[in-house]
Amino acid sequence: MSKKVLVLGEVREGSLRNVSFEAIAAAKKVSGSGEVVGVLIGDAVANLAQELIQNGADRVVTVEHPHLKQYTSDGFSQAFIAVTEQEQPEAIVFGHTALGKDLSPKLASKLQSGLVSDVTDIEGEDDAVVFIRPIYSGKAFEKVQVKEGLVFATIRPNNIAPLAKDESRSGDVSSISVDITNLRTIIKEVVRKSTDGVDLSEAKVVVAGGRGVKSEDGFAPLKELANVLGGAVGASRGACDADYCDYSLQIGQTGKVVTPDLYIAAGISGAIQHLAGMSNSKVIVAINKDPEANIFKVADYGIVGDLFEVIPMLTEEFKKLLVNA
Amino acid sequence: MNIFVLVKRTFDTEEKIVVTGGAIQEDGAEFIINPYDEYAIEEAIQVRDAQGGEVTVVTLGGEDAEKQLRTALAMGADKAVLINTEDDLDELDQFSAAYILAEYLKDKEADLILGGNVAIDGGSGQVGPRVAELLGINYVTTITKLEIDGKTVKIVRDVEGDSEVLEAELPLLVTAQQGLNEPRYPSLPGIMKAKKKPLEELELDDLDIDEDDVKAKTTTVEIYLPAQKVAGRVLEGDLSDQVKELVSLLHSEAKVV
Ligand SMILES: Cc1cc2nc3c(=O)[nH]c(=O)nc-3n(C[C@H](O)[C@H](O)[C@H](O)COP(=O)(O)OP(=O)(O)OC[C@H]3O[C@@H](n4cnc5c(N)ncnc54)[C@H](O)[C@@H]3O)c2cc1C
Repeated sequence: MSKKVLVLGEVREGSLRNVSFEAIAAAKKVSGSGEVVGVLIGDAVANLAQELIQNGADRVVTVEHPHLKQYTSDGFSQAFIAVTEQEQPEAIVFGHTALGKDLSPKLASKLQSGLVSDVTDIEGEDDAVVFIRPIYSGKAFEKVQVKEGLVFATIRPNNIAPLAKDESRSGDVSSISVDITNLRTIIKEVVRKSTDGVDLSEAKVVVAGGRGVKSEDGFAPLKELANVLGGAVGASRGACDADYCDYSLQIGQTGKVVTPDLYIAAGISGAIQHLAGMSNSKVIVAINKDPEANIFKVADYGIVGDLFEVIPMLTEEFKKLLVNA
Repeated sequence: MNIFVLVKRTFDTEEKIVVTGGAIQEDGAEFIINPYDEYAIEEAIQVRDAQGGEVTVVTLGGEDAEKQLRTALAMGADKAVLINTEDDLDELDQFSAAYILAEYLKDKEADLILGGNVAIDGGSGQVGPRVAELLGINYVTTITKLEIDGKTVKIVRDVEGDSEVLEAELPLLVTAQQGLNEPRYPSLPGIMKAKKKPLEELELDDLDIDEDDVKAKTTTVEIYLPAQKVAGRVLEGDLSDQVKELVSLLHSEAKVV
């Protein structure tokens, strides 16, 4: 049996997040030969519908309302439930982002369904679909199947490859009007701390610093290396706690979970809570003075040495390589 | 103020994980209160101390979870409830857990319910919001600051590193993020007192729950350890040669640059 799958297109600062395209790819697997319907919720989001279709959605349903300008679980659940009532989907896929984590359990509860969160891989198709997700801070994995009812999953960013974008694809875009009322949470202010430039949770290269970076200024060589590689800067809790950088850079169980192609850990010891946020990276490089540091156990390549010597040399070497390429 | 904290006994993930017969080996392993639930307990105690009232910690699980409940009582919670599902259910997913907790909470007239934002074992982060939805109350996840003024609650929450400042009303469920507070260690007098504090044990029957109503919607078909990483290569030689070698490996062998 093929399935109709709804995918939430997550919008941040006017653009679709990459994880939404990955969610479409995941939805395709879940749907078998069924239909993938993109859902856009916001105050003015219909202009993004084509992009969802070019990335593999068959059609798009939008819900626009002034009260949906900012995400609230009340507002977005009213909008999404209206879409499920119209579409009667057999499956739903969201990104496992702050929004996805906050909204999906509420919807699953309303829809009386199971929910498989933080999925990093999908095996099989349609009714035989098996979700793979990390457990125990990433030290083990489990395979989960849905026994009954709606199939609902959230996927971890940067793990499931999006489909190739096809600008010639077309599909229907329709809208539902919903009266969004009774919002019980009032958002007063959003203090943006994230650095501009590359989004850490979606970056292909992450250069992360720990307590070994020793000061705010100590992050400068890491930033330069990240710039050369078109990547983002991240940090351990140790560096954040010591005020060397902002908490928005924190990677790990409490912070962001990243899965870049290349993760460079400089002056980070490799505590389990840090590994929980980065151990799935494709290639891990560790730079640490201490040859016994735990980070070397998960690293593919390691250099035992002073990061203040190694990082600038690496930057120079990469510059040479990229000029020649 | 009538305050409830949802607590989970978890495997300490700092421990080595062994899988035998498709399950995580639990014998001899260290079990703790889920660290994010510790923030919730601490916050509940602070709110009670400032506003008056009572803190009840609630957990779902087996007999063994009594130890974690006693720890929460030793920290300063007033009462504990163990909903023991050991004999009734072999399989419990987030749907089942939330249903049972909500059935317990539905006539308790809670003003504030706290929990951790995620448990470090299962890592789903679903139960808090699900319970709030079943109770028909509002919720706020991953909070780093909580201020109560009458019925109004001012909250700061962590949204992927950004901070959202918001306002909501009681009754409310919140889930704790690291940074909310520094959980206290139980004091010796606290531990002594905890032994005499009430710990109630309930089963599904006591809550009038039919096993069919809490049948898991999802099932774990396999648990496994990730493929052993081939030991990484620690480079050797002159530092500048190491750097050159690393760049060349990342380019030609790993092909990530
Ligand atoms: C509930 C909970 C949640 C947590 N969540 C997170 C989380 O999300 N993310 C996280 O990162 N941590 C988290 N932690 C904290 C974690 O346990 C560690 O304390 C933290 O990751 C340590 O940071 P660090 O590696 O930078 O510091 P340290 O452990 O102090 O390591 C510093 C390293 O730098 C090396 N070094 C020093 N100088 C140099 C130099 N000049 N050149 C090269 N190397 C050098 C040292 O050899 C050492 O290995 C959490 C803890 C708890 C209890």
